[in-house]
Amino acid sequence: METLLQQLINGLTIGSVYALVALGYTMVYGILGLINFAHGDLVMVGALSALQTMMFLMGVAPGMSPIAMLTLALLVAMPVCMMLGFTMERLAYRRLRNAPRLAPLITAIGMSFLLQTIAMILWGRSYHTFPQLISTTPLQPIAGVFITPVQIAILITSALIMVALILLVTRTRVGRAMRATAENHKVASLMGVDTNAVIAMTFVVGAALAAVAGVMFASNYGIAHYGMGFMPGLKAFTAAVLGGIGNLGGAMLGGITLGLVESFGAGYIEDLSFGFLNSSYQDIFAFIILGLVLIFRPTGLLGERVSDRA
Amino acid sequence: MITLLEARGIGKRFGGLTALDDVSLTINKGEVYGLIGPNGAGKTTLFNVLTGAYMPDGGEFVFNGSQLPTGKPHKVVGRGIARTFQNIRLFRELTALENVMAGHHIRTRAGIWGILTQSRFTREEERLTTERAYELLDYVGIAHLAEAVSKNLSYGDQRRLEIARALATEPHLLALDEPAAGMNATETAQLRRLIDQIRHDGVTVLLIEHDVKLVMGLCDRVAVLDFGRKIAEDVPSVVQRDPKVIEAYLGGGHKHVA
Amino acid sequence: MNELVAAVPWLGRRNPMAARWLIIVLALAAPLIAMMFGRSWVRVLDFALLYMMLALGLNVVVGFAGLLDLGYIAFYAVGAYTFAFLASPHFGVHWPFWAVLPLGAAFAALAGIALGFPVLRLRGDYLAIVTLGFGEIIRIFMNNLNYPINITNGPQGINMIDPIVLFGWDLSRTLKIGDFTINSLYLYYYFFLLCVAGSILLIQRLQISRIGRAWAAMRDDELAAKAIGINIRNMKLLAFSLGATFGGVAGCLFGAFQGFVSPESFSLMESIAVLTMVVFGGMGNIAGAVVGALVLALLPEVLRDIAVPIQQMLFDRVLLDPEVLRMLLLSLAMILMMLLRPVGLIPAKARYAHPEHLPRKKEARP
Repeated sequence: METLLQQLINGLTIGSVYALVALGYTMVYGILGLINFAHGDLVMVGALSALQTMMFLMGVAPGMSPIAMLTLALLVAMPVCMMLGFTMERLAYRRLRNAPRLAPLITAIGMSFLLQTIAMILWGRSYHTFPQLISTTPLQPIAGVFITPVQIAILITSALIMVALILLVTRTRVGRAMRATAENHKVASLMGVDTNAVIAMTFVVGAALAAVAGVMFASNYGIAHYGMGFMPGLKAFTAAVLGGIGNLGGAMLGGITLGLVESFGAGYIEDLSFGFLNSSYQDIFAFIILGLVLIFRPTGLLGERVSDRA
Repeated sequence: MITLLEARGIGKRFGGLTALDDVSLTINKGEVYGLIGPNGAGKTTLFNVLTGAYMPDGGEFVFNGSQLPTGKPHKVVGRGIARTFQNIRLFRELTALENVMAGHHIRTRAGIWGILTQSRFTREEERLTTERAYELLDYVGIAHLAEAVSKNLSYGDQRRLEIARALATEPHLLALDEPAAGMNATETAQLRRLIDQIRHDGVTVLLIEHDVKLVMGLCDRVAVLDFGRKIAEDVPSVVQRDPKVIEAYLGGGHKHVA
Repeated sequence: MNELVAAVPWLGRRNPMAARWLIIVLALAAPLIAMMFGRSWVRVLDFALLYMMLALGLNVVVGFAGLLDLGYIAFYAVGAYTFAFLASPHFGVHWPFWAVLPLGAAFAALAGIALGFPVLRLRGDYLAIVTLGFGEIIRIFMNNLNYPINITNGPQGINMIDPIVLFGWDLSRTLKIGDFTINSLYLYYYFFLLCVAGSILLIQRLQISRIGRAWAAMRDDELAAKAIGINIRNMKLLAFSLGATFGGVAGCLFGAFQGFVSPESFSLMESIAVLTMVVFGGMGNIAGAVVGALVLALLPEVLRDIAVPIQQMLFDRVLLDPEVLRMLLLSLAMILMMLLRPVGLIPAKARYAHPEHLPRKKEARP
């Protein structure tokens, strides 16, 4: 029972990080029908630029409070990712909007690897220790379950961000323009929506979420490196598909579901496979879920769009 | 008269919308059969159900004396029903010749080993396919464009190429979905001669068309669909005077005076 | 071959015969030229030929059938591991090359069908992600199947794999004819060249056939392809399995040539590298795959030789190591090609029919 609750907490934490990243995928897909492969790598850029900021701050103001330091790091990481998201859209994807269907996708793959390579040049190949400014020492166990302050911080922050995003999309002019553009570019632009600006905006908002997710991810595991964004990116994409791509609520639900499945799966895989598989197979869950969802319920849990849109 | 195709009580719903409601009709061998009706009457849906693109919710098709499989387009083509599309769908990157050759796919048998070893059978079949495709291009009048990439052809030529491709499947029944859409008067006249020729060469034609003049002049019999139901089926001159048909076209909020 | 001939700049269109001979002579003389720069360059050429086979195989899937496969390297892995299992001390089995090669090809083809079935209904971007997942799953298994039973030997991989032996003739030994010696790297080169030439021949036969046309039809418009009676399911499975077969054969050759396989050789980066070769050369045409593979397999090595000394001279240290340069090159090649020249380096039109069969040609009208 205690393990069960423990896995639940762990799953919720990692799931909410997936959900933040999944939101970025789903927003871009909803509006452009493009899987922005490079979105996962923005998570990495967010984490590494936050790391860089913290190192700098530790050098110039060693006595700074951890919360202030983390806030400043986020205030650097988010604009960096937002600019990157904007640049990618402006320089590459925008020019490919009417290209044959494989072209934007291939470009996105190239973009993902380009970001990783640049990160490799800037930060090297090694794993960096990420300062865990919020403690990862578990608090007093409640009913035998350990929960760490960083987990609490992640859960609260991501809940707040998701609420803010939903308000942005449902209650503001920008959000209305986004929904209109997702529905139909041409009509939206005839109605006076600057669709180019809306699409750029979508990339920028998604990138900001990815930056936050990157800092959370690195804080939780205490590690950052150039390739850290790829796997979470794929998993977040799976989460977006699981929830129903193009659907914000779906991305959140999918992220949390995937986090839970992974957490429970990793905990019980050895028993389930009679000792043949162990937790090093954790990463295959996401792919198996992705495959199953696409085959049996391509619209996802809350989906509205059909799967074979390409 | 020999019956070629019989639709029995075909029904199709999309969510709450009834696209086809208990539609039954009979097409005789050797005739040109017209299917008309206002926009959204269910004509193209009937095409899609017939050719296996959609599963019907009820009813069956009997073709050449036996039941047609549903939801299996390649089997329907194999039985001898070919179609064209309202918004032309060619294989854009292939040449006109290759498009028609692709249409012959289902009538050829070369297997993977035969192709890899270029067996005598494969080479002979390939040669015959090429010749047959060229003949068909000639038949529809665009043989001189055999080696042009299809996406570069003019609109009228693309329509004709699509018909040639459909004929390459060696159909008994050729189903044309608004072949005259977007054509000018000269092109329509040529199309009319082509359809006449096809019928004379023994292929039954099922024609969806908005151009009432074309339908009335060309078809032996006409069925009218309205809101998914068949409201009339007879020779053109009778259908034309049918009050229900006039009502469907002029009244009931339809703006289509075809 | 004709596409390749037409792709030769300037000469290809003016004098196809001369261009053809130029290609043949260059292909035969390449290792001799490479040897002047050092043995390692012959090895680089050997690998370039393996990449060529991979690019040709992937081109069947991506270029002909229009199915974006990001897990292609998994089939290479299946071939390589099949060879490693059946011809190395790992299990103490030493089957002859000719027995293992068809098995490697067959297993890869089966893996291709296994991948094909679940993804039949997917298109475009979803297909890409699922195939990527497939590649990763294979790699995760290669990495972890050393416990509880040691099958793959985990991340260490399997070594001391038997070399290729053709009719008692060991390609890994220097051949001596009288006073004349031929280095093993040459022997592998010419054997691989033969394999590539064979692949080109077979793939061209597939391209100009009812199957090649069915693939192209499906790629251009799936709905219309159904409407003319093409069995989409079978054609997709055929594309996956035939594409995989070439990957499997290349994998066997790789295992035997390298004498060592480990999961590291089959990373996602390698799938992407092969895809880049296809995209860079020009999707859907054979010459594109060949040239793309040649350029993108050689260029990183050339850069390695040039860029490293230059950096040492300028900065006194190596800022961009060769591996980083390779990734940079591949990712930029992919992005820039899509933005500036989406048809690829060689926009040669792929043919799916024999124009000489046309009656008009025979009559030779004035």
